[in-house]
Parts: sequence; structure tokens; C-alpha cells
Amino acid sequence: MAIRRGRGVAAINYPTGMNLGGDPTQALVHSTPTGNFTVTLSSVDLGQGMKQIMAQICAETIGVPTDRVIIDTADTDTGPHCMGTFASRGTHRAGNAVIQAAKEARQVMLEVAAEELEVNASDLETDGEGNIQVKGAPQKSISIFDVALSAHFKRGRSISGRGMFLIPRSYPEKETGAMKPSTCYAHACTVAEVEVDDETGEVTVLTVKNIFEIGRALNPKMVEQQLVGGSWMGISHALYETTEPYYPNRDHGGTDFNQYLMPGPGDLAETEIIVLERPSADGPFGAKGPGEMCANPQIPAVANAVFDAVGVRIDTLPITPERILRALKAQAAS
Amino acid sequence: MAKVPVQFTLNGSEKAEFVESGTTLLHALRDKIGDTSPKGGCHQGTCGACSVIIDGELRLSCLTLAETCNGTDIKTTAGLAEGGVLHPLQRAFLDAFATQCGFCTPGMIMAAKVLLDRTPNPSREEVIEALSGNICRCTGYEPIIQAVLTAARANSQNAA
Repeated sequence: MAIRRGRGVAAINYPTGMNLGGDPTQALVHSTPTGNFTVTLSSVDLGQGMKQIMAQICAETIGVPTDRVIIDTADTDTGPHCMGTFASRGTHRAGNAVIQAAKEARQVMLEVAAEELEVNASDLETDGEGNIQVKGAPQKSISIFDVALSAHFKRGRSISGRGMFLIPRSYPEKETGAMKPSTCYAHACTVAEVEVDDETGEVTVLTVKNIFEIGRALNPKMVEQQLVGGSWMGISHALYETTEPYYPNRDHGGTDFNQYLMPGPGDLAETEIIVLERPSADGPFGAKGPGEMCANPQIPAVANAVFDAVGVRIDTLPITPERILRALKAQAAS
Repeated sequence: MAKVPVQFTLNGSEKAEFVESGTTLLHALRDKIGDTSPKGGCHQGTCGACSVIIDGELRLSCLTLAETCNGTDIKTTAGLAEGGVLHPLQRAFLDAFATQCGFCTPGMIMAAKVLLDRTPNPSREEVIEALSGNICRCTGYEPIIQAVLTAARANSQNAA
């Protein structure tokens, strides 16, 4: 009986969004009288940071500082249609819709500014700090605050825009069943090192080294935050979490936080995160969906590491000490 | 059922409420007094989201009866910022990206505050021990551990 070490590797290919009956998200953008911009969405920020990302996307497109953008989410009764915040689709689908809406709003904003400055709208540019100026003659400028006031009180214009992003439904080919479930894929690879006690079946994850290819990281710190949490969650899925440990039998399922196991702060593996940015062709500013895929590759990597350590293939999750000991017993018997 | 008068100090100000006997402190704070910084996660003392500080001790407000808090001094995360300036722990949690959905954050900060009040320069192991009664679903804990260690360093630099 001994503590045995193993190393496992796994790579994944993860779709952004789902092939539903068509996968749409809409966004509306309008300016307030003082030149702030409100983005109305039905998409929800679950804590993944969607409001921040949508604010960045809108601000970048219109040409204003991020703090000039207000994100209004949450009411699916009255907001523009969104299929939902799931399938790692939020940034990709809603982001594209926000870009389209913000472009339309920007165009109206430039038209109003053009009237105020008595120039052509196509000769104008934003300075990114809240002003609109003539290209090549920045001394001729007007603040977006004043443009909004003019639109609202003088010119009767609504500085607003509509955005719609739709991935059309893909039907399988009748002959082959081939279809296009997604237009955009994120990728990841994990190497996990474990120790397995072949007497107790306990697994300790020593290190997890992850590399994630997530398109462009629109907010690198928030991407890192999600990947660090996701890597931990992947180990949790691999070794701890289940509501039905003897599925399909429902016995011994956890009913509360005492019984539903997850690794705590004392059970953390040494974790490394590397981000590889390869902008996607159809994502907003090249983004893909890093959300769910970041918790996936650790699972097969840990399973492979357990196999490397003690020579048994556990093909049911989570990889509990009981499952390892039963597999070791079966292996010894055969 | 007869209501019971309860008086305590909450984040430095006197509070007086009538509560039904058996009301938890969590319920009294959130629904009577309006301090929603302690969160109700499990309501059975296993997740730590409802943690508050009573007379310097970390307590689970979901398991503490409001009527037992008469005359106590209670602190919650809502009372940490002073004059619009965030507490070093709050600052450190923000800077370390130690919060995602944020539901566990007030409880984590309370647990960390009690630790730093007693152990200004904790080791990583002491931080882990102090946070072990609090559950987080999003962060993987490492950013939270780093935030507490950073806040401790900031405190000791200010003291020096």
C-alpha cells in the first residue's frame, strides 16, 4: 500500500452558445439628456461580469469613456429579447447586439454634432474622452454632453440604436447528420498531477496547469478571475460534487452544504493559468465564451492522472475514494 | 406571540426593535432594520454568508436569536467603510478580484476582519483556517486568500 503519483493531460473544444431554434439576442442603446448612454438588455449578470463587459463594448463602439455607459439588465418582461445567459453565450451574442445598437446610436450622435458644428458627419471623430471633433482639426469640437442636450431640447432627435444578433438554426443534413452546432469555439488544455492513496482511495490534486484559448480577453483581469475559479470548479466536479452519488439510485445524495462536497480553501491545488488570445472571426472585438469551458478540461485530466497513478479507469463522476477502491479491487481480482 | 424588545448597537448606532420570540438576528437585521449586508445562504449554519461580529466574536446570524443580542455591539460589512472610504479588506477584495457573484463576500470579510483584529500578520494557513467556515461557489478561494493577505500587509504598513 502506498501513495502513488500520476499525471494526466486533456484538451477540449468548447462551443460558444447553442444551436437552438435560432439563437438571438437584442440590445437597445439610447442617450440620456446629459450624454450618458443606457444599454437595455434582458441578458443577466450572474456575477460573471457581463455588465462591465457590455459597458466596455458600448463605450468602445460609441467612443466614450466606460463610465459614461449605464447597463440596464434584468427585466425579461419588458427588455429586448435575449435567449438567456447560459451556454457561455453572453459576451458573444449580447456583445454583438450591443455593437450594432451602439453603431446606430453613434451615427445619430455624429449627425447631431455635425449640425451643431456645421460640418459633414463623416468628417467627425470621437476623442474617447467625451468629445466629438473634426478630423484633423481637433480645436473644432463639441462635448457629447452638449450634443445630447441639443438632440433632446433643440433638434428633437433620439440618439439611440437597435441591435440584433442572430445565429440562425442549423439543421442536420438528412444523409449524414452533419450540422454546425456553433460558429465559435474556445479551447483549453490541462495537465494535472495527483497523488492517489491506494489504501484509502483518496486523491490529492497537487498541481493543475491550464492553458485557455478564449478569443480576445476583453477584460483580462476578469477573464483570469473566471479561469481561476473555473479551474477550481473543474477539480470539484472531478472529485467531489454530485447530488446523486449512486445514480440512478437517489440514496445518499447531498441535501445541504454539509453533505454536498466541494473543495474548501484548504484543499486547493497549485494552479497555473495561461491565456492564449486568438480573436474569433464573429465575436465582439474577437471575444469567445470563456465561461463554462474553463471548468471542463480538469475533469478528464484528473481522470487520466488517476489512471496514470494506480492503473484504473474511473468513467463515472465524481472520482470518489469508493469508486477508486472498487476499481482497484476489481483489477486485483481479474 | 408576544413581541420582545431588543436593543443593541449596530455599526456604532443604537437600534431598538420589537421582534417575535425566536426571530433570528439575520431576519431582524435584514427585514426589520434594513441592513442587508449579511446574506441568508443556508439558514442552518453551514455556509457562513450571514456572518456578523458580536462583541468581537464571529457569529452566524442565522443561528443567533435576536433576543439574545440585547446590549451587544454588532458589526456588519455594511458598517466597515468610513466616510465613503472603503475598509482595507473591502479595498483588497476589489483589487484582488476576490468577488464574483458577491453573495459570500460580506461573510468572508467579516471572518477575515475577526482574524486580522486578532492576528494582524496571519500566515496563509491561518487565513485558510479563518475562512474555512465560509463557502464560495465562484472564485476558487485563492483570490480571497490573497485579498486577506494583502489587507494584512496594508494594515501593517499603515501601523508602521
